[in-house]
Amino acid sequence: MENKNYQALLKSKFGENISWSEDKPNQFYVNAEILLDVLKTLKEEGFGFLADISSVDFKEYFEVVYQLFSFVNSEHLTIKVKLDHENPAVISATSLWETANWLEREVFDLMGIRFLNHPNLERILTWEGFEGHPLRKDFVWKSGRN
Amino acid sequence: MKTETITLNLGPQHPSTHGVLHVVIELDGETCVGSKTNIGYLHRGIEKLAEGKTYTQVIPYTDRLDYLAGISNNLTYVQTVEKLMGIEVPERAEYIRVILAELMRIASHMVGIGIYIMDLGAVTAVFYPFIQREKVLDLLSLVTGARMTFNYMRIGGVAQDLPEEFFPALEEFLAQFPKAIEEYHTLIDENEIFLARTKNIGVISAEKAMSYGLTGPNLRASGVNYDLRKVRPYSIYDRFDFDVPLGTNGDCFDRYLVRIQEVMESYKIIKQAYKEIPEGPVMAKVPRVIKPPVGDVYHQTENPKGILGCYVVSDGSDKPYRVHFRRPSFNNISIYDEIFIGHKVADIVAILASFDIVLGEIDA
Repeated sequence: MENKNYQALLKSKFGENISWSEDKPNQFYVNAEILLDVLKTLKEEGFGFLADISSVDFKEYFEVVYQLFSFVNSEHLTIKVKLDHENPAVISATSLWETANWLEREVFDLMGIRFLNHPNLERILTWEGFEGHPLRKDFVWKSGRN
Repeated sequence: MKTETITLNLGPQHPSTHGVLHVVIELDGETCVGSKTNIGYLHRGIEKLAEGKTYTQVIPYTDRLDYLAGISNNLTYVQTVEKLMGIEVPERAEYIRVILAELMRIASHMVGIGIYIMDLGAVTAVFYPFIQREKVLDLLSLVTGARMTFNYMRIGGVAQDLPEEFFPALEEFLAQFPKAIEEYHTLIDENEIFLARTKNIGVISAEKAMSYGLTGPNLRASGVNYDLRKVRPYSIYDRFDFDVPLGTNGDCFDRYLVRIQEVMESYKIIKQAYKEIPEGPVMAKVPRVIKPPVGDVYHQTENPKGILGCYVVSDGSDKPYRVHFRRPSFNNISIYDEIFIGHKVADIVAILASFDIVLGEIDA
């Protein structure tokens, strides 16, 4: 399950915009501006399977997490983007994968992160007219439960 | 002559939608020219609820994702937490997990096939696959005490050892199983109506399937050889000898064929596992209070419906900071709006059924 060395490749292409920690060599932090280029590069390198897009609210900032796999071998990369808590927005991956459409709509609906250039960014699990984004840590349940 | 399209609401309350799925179809005559899938009617906010529970208390919620395959969902979640904490699971527990997960796959595929042929008009035939499903559920309730909401896996192993009666009952089940599948083949495979309704209907190319993130039998029906049990073996799947059935056309018929062939592979795995199962403990030594170290982990397994992924973020406390599930049916049905176009209403019902969806996990 040993991954090829993608650090050198990404470093040469994106320089300071990409970083990782030594104990997690398959996980990269990427600047939001170059996210689409990174995903595109990795897709061309064989990571054809965008398995998942998830998001985490760390109160000071948001993280959007992309899980990339290959359809032919066991390689796995995690791409993370840190976003500002005030007005979180990141470029959509729908131009690379159709599956990003629904995955991003789910993140938008439940976490309130906007995806730029998304063809149809509307709520998917809650109804239109629903207020707030439930997975945010500051979300207050209408019933008062916690 | 002035013509106009009509709008047809498929669901949310209609048996052919397999739950509360709502598809708004735009029809020109009887041909679909536009489609919009609406989901969320069964959204219970499992991911949010999990944040208020301890790690162990999340396990029963996973039963309610894909409620036709509770054991498989249990497995994904507990393995994710085990990965985060670096827990080694005892051998016997691994074997029990594999045997039950494969039994679960058989039960799930039997429902998938049964409901599928029922939607195409074979309302009597549905009960044939359901016989096998019932037998599997009897076995599972022998072990877990429940038919659907098992809550059987634990972080570090399984809740309790197999009861004495299990292996004789399993043997009995395995003895009659291949013959039953043979019978279903003769019932379904060459049925004129079934062939006419499924051959070359809802064709999905391999590229489309990969782009839409289709997984499980729906992906393999399009000829993509991707089964996590082979590609990234988890648990002890690398020890067993089995094949991955593939389709060639990616049509509704292939999606049926892959499923019915897959249950025989599950049968093979169970037979091997059951011969090799060692004695020993079924729980690892885990702390009384589960407190994974700060960090995050993503893990995925090959469930009956496709790849179930689980992303867990820990802040070092006894409750998960964030739990996210990648539910296979959710990704699978995102292709509906595209492939429905150009088909007749009756074919749309066939396509819908061929995907074997469960709204419990689509809406989470």
